Amino acid sequence: MATVVLLTFTGLGLGALYFLVAAGLSLIFGLMDVLNFAHGALLSVGAYGAWWAASGHLPGAGSGGAGFALAVVFGTAVGTVAAVLLELAVIRPLYTRPREQILATVGVGLAVPALLSAIWGSDARPFPGPKALSGTFGLLGAEVPLDRPVLIGAALVVLTALKLFLGRTRHGLVVRAGVEDRAMVTALGIDVRRAFTLVFAIGGAAAALGGAVGGLYFGSVDPHQGTSLLIFAFVVVVTGGMGSLTGAALASVAVGLVQQFANYYTTAGLGDLAVVVLLAALLLVRPRGLTGRLA
Amino acid sequence: MTTATQPRGRARTANNPVATRSERLRRATRWWPALLLVVLLTVPYSALPLPGLLDGPIGSPGNLQLLALCLLFGGLATGYDLLLGRTGLLSFGHALYFAAGTYVTNTVMLEAGLPFAVSALSGLLAGAVLSALLGAVSLRASGIGFSMVTLAFAQAASILVQRDPGGVTGGEEGRAAPADRLPASLVGIEHTANLYWMALAYLVVVLVVVQWAVRSPTGRVWEGIKENERRVEVLGLRPYGFKLVAFVLAGTLAALGGIVYLLLTGGATPQTTTSDFTLSLLVMVVLGGSGTRWGPMIGGILYTWADQRLGDLAGSGAVASLPSVVRVPLSQPLFLLGALFVAVIYLLPGGVARLPARLRTARTSRAADREEVLQP
Repeated sequence: MATVVLLTFTGLGLGALYFLVAAGLSLIFGLMDVLNFAHGALLSVGAYGAWWAASGHLPGAGSGGAGFALAVVFGTAVGTVAAVLLELAVIRPLYTRPREQILATVGVGLAVPALLSAIWGSDARPFPGPKALSGTFGLLGAEVPLDRPVLIGAALVVLTALKLFLGRTRHGLVVRAGVEDRAMVTALGIDVRRAFTLVFAIGGAAAALGGAVGGLYFGSVDPHQGTSLLIFAFVVVVTGGMGSLTGAALASVAVGLVQQFANYYTTAGLGDLAVVVLLAALLLVRPRGLTGRLA
Repeated sequence: MTTATQPRGRARTANNPVATRSERLRRATRWWPALLLVVLLTVPYSALPLPGLLDGPIGSPGNLQLLALCLLFGGLATGYDLLLGRTGLLSFGHALYFAAGTYVTNTVMLEAGLPFAVSALSGLLAGAVLSALLGAVSLRASGIGFSMVTLAFAQAASILVQRDPGGVTGGEEGRAAPADRLPASLVGIEHTANLYWMALAYLVVVLVVVQWAVRSPTGRVWEGIKENERRVEVLGLRPYGFKLVAFVLAGTLAALGGIVYLLLTGGATPQTTTSDFTLSLLVMVVLGGSGTRWGPMIGGILYTWADQRLGDLAGSGAVASLPSVVRVPLSQPLFLLGALFVAVIYLLPGGVARLPARLRTARTSRAADREEVLQP
């Protein structure tokens, strides 16, 4: 029982991380048809931003209490700025060349981790998390690390905020309509390009937050963390049905849990394979993913 | 300048003998690939130094090794472009089939103790079967979904290789090829020339196969799928089967490249299974010019050469003495390549292969502008 509880929490924590990456990825893809290969780089930027601030480089920020919260906010802000810059400088000039947009993000996705490892070295750096979050709590006989609920909480907050934003605000309406039918929204005279930048900012913020709390989960930051998470986020996005936020949430929970349980009950590494086999099986039955949206 | 260009332009259309002469010239220059091949074949005998481009004389074993890698990746990129540039399929998992060629061949030699020829055949077969199976599944998804699924498969294989199941793959270290099982003429520094010729042969094989396939009726359907898949369906053809043929052919060519790579580097390394490896193929193709006959080859050669030389540059003393703002990015070849890639996408749509045509149009339009100004 204890093992099952621990595995469930670990799986959900990992799923939360996947969701934070996949949410922005899915929205950007749904709205712009751009598969953002630089999304993992945004996560790394957020992680390094939070790490840099929490290591005492930012006045007021630190590894404990409010200082840590400030560090996370700082990391998220840096990631958001990076995402907006990416959209304005790389994506927007290639507006009429969709495939080249993807290729350009591939270039950025290669360059940014390389730059990070040039500045801070390619080895993992220990992440200074608050003492209060480094402990465990007892639940049904299991000792669950405290960072797991924090991750799940962060993902739930982002999911709720995105749902509210998309469902209740005018900007959200534009984004939702754009995901549904970009041509129609443009024809109605709405500037979809502003929605593009907005979605990039949201996606960047979510990914960067993922990087900051991912530092807690892994206990360290390294330049290639983002890229390795990105691939499972891709799996999540395809499984969930592209452009669908609910699908991404469901799929990230499924992927996280399957991965953890399979890794524990079979040999290590088989969980990662199981996730991909699951994806293949799903595609054979439903080529458009769980929620049945167009791929 | 105008007096020099104008009569020539007029002569081509009005003056008949000159036109036939240029025709004859064009017919003669059509054989330049054969000439280039002869030059490339004689490279191991040459001691000509290419300062800046290479370290020392061309024919030295180190340079031959680098040139062989360049040719190998030129071929690999050409095969990959069968998907990207010819059929319009953006696969992110091509590394898997390359690595299948390398790993299966090596593992069969090491574990089953079979001779190289049999092992290479099994490696090639593994690449074909794997690409048929995984392609059949991936092609169920279309567009970007396909890209992501191929990526997921390749990533799963990469993780599997790095976890070293049963000690077969050697994990992070990879495994060296057993020198005693390889043909003696392909082992050792004194036989680098043979390896070079093998890489050249691989490039020629890929170029011929791709060119032949693209011109075949199937190749025309590929072109149709690339332009507009729906229209191909309307014509009564099922794109799925044609796409699968392209996928398997590209996968098999990649596996063949993997076998050449095994001989060239003397072992299997997990780096060849990673998504970065596929991405570097993508960079090569786009850099050179996707969908053109020579573009991917040029891209593969340029990329491999730049990758190698940038690594040397990053480690050199001249870079170490630069101020940190310049030195830090320069120390990462991947950063330079990524930035270069983005720059190529912006500044050179169509890649290096389209550059001459673009320059020509730019010059003729400028000449036309000037003529317009001069005429009245």
